[in-house]
Amino acid sequence: MTEPLVLGIETSCDETGIGIVRGRTLLSNTIASSMDEHARYGGVVPEVAARAHLDALQPTIEQAIAEAGIRLQDLDAVAVTSGPGLSGALMVGVGAAKALAVSLEKPLYAVNHLVGHIAADIVTPDSEPLEYPTIALLVSGGHTSLLHVREITTDVEMLGETIDDAAGEAFDKVARILGLPYPGGPQIDRAAVGGDPNAIRFPRGLSRASDMAAHRWDFSFSGLKTSVARWVEQHEGEDLPVADVAASFREAVVDVLVTKALDACEERGVPRLLLGGGVIANKRLREVALERAAARGVTVRIPPLSLCTDNGAMIAALASQLISSGRRPSTLDFGADSTLPVTEIQVAERP
Amino acid sequence: MILAIDSSIGSTVAVVDPDTEEVLGQAQSETSRGHAEVIGTLIQQSLDRAGLTPADITAVAAGMGPGPFTGLRIGIAAARAFAIGRGIPVVPVASHDGAALEILERDPHAEFVIVTDARRRENAVSAYAGLKGGLPNRIAGPELLPHTADPHSYLAEILTIARDSADSAQKGSISSDLQNLGTTTSIPAAALAKLAARQLAAGTTAELGPLYLRAPDAKIPGAVKRVST
Ligand SMILES: [Zn+2]
Repeated sequence: MTEPLVLGIETSCDETGIGIVRGRTLLSNTIASSMDEHARYGGVVPEVAARAHLDALQPTIEQAIAEAGIRLQDLDAVAVTSGPGLSGALMVGVGAAKALAVSLEKPLYAVNHLVGHIAADIVTPDSEPLEYPTIALLVSGGHTSLLHVREITTDVEMLGETIDDAAGEAFDKVARILGLPYPGGPQIDRAAVGGDPNAIRFPRGLSRASDMAAHRWDFSFSGLKTSVARWVEQHEGEDLPVADVAASFREAVVDVLVTKALDACEERGVPRLLLGGGVIANKRLREVALERAAARGVTVRIPPLSLCTDNGAMIAALASQLISSGRRPSTLDFGADSTLPVTEIQVAERP
Repeated sequence: MILAIDSSIGSTVAVVDPDTEEVLGQAQSETSRGHAEVIGTLIQQSLDRAGLTPADITAVAAGMGPGPFTGLRIGIAAARAFAIGRGIPVVPVASHDGAALEILERDPHAEFVIVTDARRRENAVSAYAGLKGGLPNRIAGPELLPHTADPHSYLAEILTIARDSADSAQKGSISSDLQNLGTTTSIPAAALAKLAARQLAAGTTAELGPLYLRAPDAKIPGAVKRVST
């Protein structure tokens, strides 16, 4: 089976993603987001997300099938995210995927969400095949991770990740400090227009010489958020230069992300960087990454935004790679694992 | 053949012949955790024990709760996904109705309350008075009551209201003979399948969403907290 037809189910955070791929070809990528339902809470509420997944599941699967123009009976396998992510949200996808696989009498592949983000590149239309090894920087509201990918189905190493807030959460929290609505990313971007990114020198988390031993590749955005809050309080009663604050905050996030990612490329001798996750939508992040990577001889790959945010196509794509490399399906006995390590690319492979 | 799936307390799955109401196969896991781990295997086991393939299933009954949300959703998601896979209908059924049917099959005129643990020192309760058109006549609930509340005073109150509003023909059918059933710790999936079969036969299936009975825990954030000292 060289070109397996796979349906992927992704429910790790606030997007219900159903994707269908045939080998490296993307057939459909259908996403129902509960983002609007979280807006009034200023962040993703796990129970709200899980309820929305259950509501969205059936229509999203039906839409994905219609868009792909396939029949479910034609599928070679069903794939699902087992983790990491919000456990209650993950379980909706796991329950659905198991029942779908049993009802279709098709094999099931339970896979790792983070590795899925890398697989998104594989089904990016009209792209050259992904070259290994590559460093991958995956930034969203749920995770901020730096990976060394030697081979997508067998050898992925976690270099570092956030020790507190995810980068996307930092955007949400700082937006709130500035009185801007959720989600913070696009709001901060809008507010930063015309602002001076060097107006205020906000701290770069875990970037001091003393951090290098224990946290060389880790990220921290909690101190940055507090620092923005303090700066805003200190300038209370004045005309707050919102554009400068937003631009300077964003610069601090972007700087630390890009610096660590490119340092990892250099130290590991890997001249390739793959970006993924919803925060990649941030134009400034893409600009700075491309500019500095070019200066350091690193090639950057960025899947289209619809494949960067959480989606089912990347889950199907990863399973398709696993199938092509001869991996056996998962048993029916796995669960949702909110802290699934990145080294577990597939969960519960059948013995 | 009807496949029924319920994960409102433990996980229970059954396959029932809608014509004879014979239970062909069933499987369950009594623990109130691990629903996601067991659900696929339980469906497969029920089919295997019934000697059937997925293609033999013509409808799926989904237990809609009430029950702890995280577990409850897994069974509903599984029921819906199984139905999509076969292109067959889902019949949503209140889980308490399944437990009620088992009692009413022994005593069709019984008046009682189904009580399940809803956590947070609350019970989920539904009151029943006999059968109506082959289905449990749920006269109140499901709703939440504090653990300390007596379900029998609850039922007595519900029955009084029901009697006051009932016409004379119905009045005669309501007795005051309350049964003490305690807390239900397992929802019989086979009974849910029978209820679905009867509703499908009568053309009385109804839309029913998950019976959460509680809004999500989520606070609208107040003012931004100060960080300066
Ligand atoms: Zn993600």
